[in-house]
Amino acid sequence: MSSSLPQNEQALENRVKPKRKSAIATFFSNLSRSWTGLIGFIIIMTLIVISLIGQWITPFDPYFAEFSKKLLPPMTEGHLLGTDQLGRDIFSRIILGARVSVIIGLATALIAGLIGTIIGIIAGFFRGWIDIILMRIVDVTLSFPFILLVLVINAIIGAGLRNIIISLAVGGWVIFARVIRSEVLALREKEFITACIATGVSRFEILIKHIVPNLFTPIIILASLQIGTYIIAEASISFLGFGVAPPTPAWGNMLNEGKDYIFSSWWLITFPGLAIVITALGVNLFGDWLRDTLDPELKGE
Amino acid sequence: MLDFIIKRFFQVIVVVLLALTVVFFLIRISGDPTTLFLPPDAPKDQIEEYKELLGYNRPLIVQYGDFMFHAVQGDFGESLRSQEDALGIVLSRIPATFQLAISALLIALIIAIPLGVLSAYKRNTVFDKVGVALTIVGQAIPSFWLGLILIYFFAAQLKILPSGGGGTAIHLILPTLTLAAYSVARFTRFTRSAMLDVLRKDYIRTSKASGVPTFRLIMRYALRNSLIPIITLVALDLGVLLGGAVITEVVFSWPGVGRLLMQSLMNRDFPIVLAGVFIIALIYALVNFIADVLYAYVNPQIRVK
Amino acid sequence: MSDTILKVKDLKIQFKTGKKTVQPIRGVDFSIKKGETLGVVGESGSGKSVTSLAVMGLLPEKTSEIISGEIVFDGKDLTNLKEKHFRKLRGNDISMIFQEPMTSLNPVFTIGEQLSEPLKQHKKMSKKEIETAIIAVLTQVGIPRAEQIIHEYPHQLSGGMRQRVMISLALLGQPKLMIADEPTTALDVTIQAQILKLMKDIKKQHDMSLLLITHDLGVVAEMCDRVVVMYAGEIVEVAEVKELFDNPLHPYTRGLIESLPSKNTRKNRLYSIKGQVPKPNEITKGCIFANRCPFAFSKCFEETPPVQHTGNHMSKCWLQDSNKDEVS
Repeated sequence: MSSSLPQNEQALENRVKPKRKSAIATFFSNLSRSWTGLIGFIIIMTLIVISLIGQWITPFDPYFAEFSKKLLPPMTEGHLLGTDQLGRDIFSRIILGARVSVIIGLATALIAGLIGTIIGIIAGFFRGWIDIILMRIVDVTLSFPFILLVLVINAIIGAGLRNIIISLAVGGWVIFARVIRSEVLALREKEFITACIATGVSRFEILIKHIVPNLFTPIIILASLQIGTYIIAEASISFLGFGVAPPTPAWGNMLNEGKDYIFSSWWLITFPGLAIVITALGVNLFGDWLRDTLDPELKGE
Repeated sequence: MLDFIIKRFFQVIVVVLLALTVVFFLIRISGDPTTLFLPPDAPKDQIEEYKELLGYNRPLIVQYGDFMFHAVQGDFGESLRSQEDALGIVLSRIPATFQLAISALLIALIIAIPLGVLSAYKRNTVFDKVGVALTIVGQAIPSFWLGLILIYFFAAQLKILPSGGGGTAIHLILPTLTLAAYSVARFTRFTRSAMLDVLRKDYIRTSKASGVPTFRLIMRYALRNSLIPIITLVALDLGVLLGGAVITEVVFSWPGVGRLLMQSLMNRDFPIVLAGVFIIALIYALVNFIADVLYAYVNPQIRVK
Repeated sequence: MSDTILKVKDLKIQFKTGKKTVQPIRGVDFSIKKGETLGVVGESGSGKSVTSLAVMGLLPEKTSEIISGEIVFDGKDLTNLKEKHFRKLRGNDISMIFQEPMTSLNPVFTIGEQLSEPLKQHKKMSKKEIETAIIAVLTQVGIPRAEQIIHEYPHQLSGGMRQRVMISLALLGQPKLMIADEPTTALDVTIQAQILKLMKDIKKQHDMSLLLITHDLGVVAEMCDRVVVMYAGEIVEVAEVKELFDNPLHPYTRGLIESLPSKNTRKNRLYSIKGQVPKPNEITKGCIFANRCPFAFSKCFEETPPVQHTGNHMSKCWLQDSNKDEVS
C-alpha cells in the first residue's frame, strides 16, 4: 500500500508532461496522419486567409456593375468564372462572400457555444428545478426544425448580418446546452470529483478547477461540427431572400439572384454553390477528424 | 407501454403550445401589426381606431390569452391578404408537403439501408471507401443548390422533367431526389457504423458459432439490432427533412406548407405564419412520437417488462 | 490415434493491427480424446481464447491469420477449410459456450428464435420438431417452464439462466466436441457450482469431449481429466489432472497452484507470481517465463527450453533437464 502513492503520482506526471511539451507539434503530427483531416484543415485555413485579405486580392471590384458585360460566360474578358446578371465579376464576389460565411460560422459558434455552455453547466451542476426548466426550454426548441426556427426568427427580426447571427444563435445554443449538461452530469459521477467532495473542496472550486477544464474537448468538437451547419443554414436563408441583404456578396444571395438565369447562364448558380459545398466539406472533414482524435469514444456516432 | 404512450402524447401537446407562445411573442415584439393593414402615412387616430377594432390596444398578456384560447380551437384568425381562415389555408397545403416528405423519406431509406449494410459488410474494400467518400461529400451539399443543379440538368439541358410546379408524379421526381439526397448520405453513413458496431458484438459471435450463414446473419440478426439506433437517427433527422422540405418547396414552387409559410413570412401575413408554425410543430412532434413508439416496439427491453 | 477427436499441431497465429503484427499463439500442440475433458489454464493474455476461436474458425478474418500448423478435427484439417464447410461444423459437430452470458445472447430475439438456429441450419426438422427438441434440451439443463421461456427475451432471464440457455444452444446439435470459454467466470459463486455440475452431467450423458478454458484451477480440479497450462502463447506443461496437482514440474504451474487459497491452512499471505504476462511483442529470446521465474538462471534468458516428456507428463523448462532434484 505504502508504495502505491508515489507510483500514482509518477504515472500522473508521465501522463501530463508529454501533452504540455508539444501540443502544437502533436496536433500537426496527428493531422498529417489523416489525409481527410488535413484536407479539411487546408480548406479552413484557405478560407480564413481569403476572408481576411479578400478585398485586396479580388481581380475586379465585386460591387462594380457594368451592364454591357452582363452574363459573360467563364473565361471571357478576364472574368475567370464569368459575370452575373449585373455584369459583376463572379470570382471576385465569391472571394468576398467567403467573409460572410466565415464570420457567420465563427461568430455563431462562439455565441451559441458560450450561451449553451453556460446554460448546460448551470443545468448539469445545480440540477433541481432550474435544470428541469432549462431542459424543457431545450426540448421545445429542439422540437422545431432548426432551419425553420432560424428562418422564422430571422424573417421576424429582419435581415442583416447581425440579425442572422442572432437567429442562428437562438436556434443553435440548445445543442451545446444539452451536450454540455450531459458531460457535466457524467463528470459529476467520476471518482476524482467524488474524491474532491470527500476531501471537502468547495462546490465552486470543483466547478472551476475540475469540471470546466474537462469541458473544453466536447465544446471544441461540437463547435467544429456545428460551424458547417451554420454556414449552410445561412446560405439557405440568404437563398430564400432573408438573411444577408444584397448587394453584400454572400454565396446564398448569389444563388438567389442567379436562379432566375438557370436556363441560360449555368455559371451563376454553379460556382457559389461549389464554394458552399467545398466549405461545408472542409469544416465537416476537420470536425470529424477532431472528434475522432480528441474523443475516440464518440467515433462513428 | 400504455403509460409511456400517454406520457409522450402529453409532451407533444406541451411542445406545440410552447412553440406557439414563442412565435406569438416574437411577432408582437418585432412590431405593431396594425401598421400592416394601413398605408404607412395613415393618420394617428386611424391607427388607434384600428388598434381598438382588432384588440391590439389591450395588454399583451390578454391578447396572448385570447390568441391561445382561439388557437387551441383551431382559430388563428383570417389571412391578412385573402381574408380566408388561416388554418384552413395551411391545412389545404398539407397533402402536398406530405407527398414530398414521405416519398423522400421512403426513397432515402430504401437506398440508404441496403447501401449502409453492404458497405459495412464489405468494409475497407474499394466499394466501401468510395461509398464513405460519397456520403461525406453528400452531407456537404445544401439541398437548395442540389435542386438548382438538378433543374439545370433535367429541365434546362435535357428538357425531360419540369423545373417546378405541382400536381403530377412527374413533378414529384426532382423535388423528391433533392430532398432525399442529404438523408441518403446521412442514413447510409449511420447504417454502416451502426452495423459495424453490431457486428462486433458477442451475440453475433454466438450466432456464428451456431452455424448461421453470413447472409442470414446480417439480414436477419445484425440488421434488426442496428435498426434500433437507425430509427432513433431517422426520428432526429425528420426535423432536418421537414426544414429541407420547406426549402425544396420554394426551389421547385411546390404548393406545400413550406412555400406558403415562406410567402407569408415575406408578406408578414402573421395569422398564416402562426397557423403554419402550429401545424409544423404538431407534425414534427407527432412524427417523433410515432418514432418513439416504433423504437419501443423494435426494442424488447422496453416493450417487454 | 482414432480415439483422438481434436489434435492441434504446432499452431501459430498472427494478428495484424495496421502495420504491426503480433503472434499471440506460437507453436501450440495438444489433443483431446473422445469423451475426455481437457482443461486449458492460463492468465488472461496467455492465448487460451484465441486458440479456442481458431478451432471454431471464428478468428477475425481480416486481422488474423493462421501462419502454420494444423487443427485436425475428426480426421479433417480445419485450418484451410472454406467458410461454407466450416459453417456445417459449427453448432453441429463443434459448439461453443462463451464467457459472458449477459452479452452473448441477442437482445432483440426470443430465446426460442435463437435456439432454433443450429437445428434450422444443420438438421432437417419441422417447426414442431424443433420446438419439441428445444423444450427437451432446456428441461435437461434445468430450466423450469421451458415452454414459456422460449417466448421470452434474454433480458428477462438471470445470468445463470442465460448461461443454461447458452449450454442448451451448444447442446442442440449434439456435438462431438464442446468448447467452453470461461463458462462460469461471469457468474455468482453458487451459480458457478450449479453450472459446473450441469456441464459434468451433460458431458457424461452425451458422451462428448469437452475443451474447458479457464483461469481457475479449482474448476480444473473439479472437471478435467487432463490439463494444458498455457503461458504467453505457448504451452508450458501438460499432465493428467492428479499428476499436475501432485507433481507440478513447471515453475509457472507451481506458482499457480501456490497462489490458490487453501481450505485447511490459513496462510498469512497469499502467494502471488510477481510481474505480468509479457505482451506478444515483448517476447524476445530464452524462456518466456524467465523474467518472472523465481528459479531462473542465465541459460533461461538465452535459450528456449526444450520439451521434456516424463511418461504422459510434458513440461517446457530447463530445470527438468539438468538438476530436477534441486527444485522439487
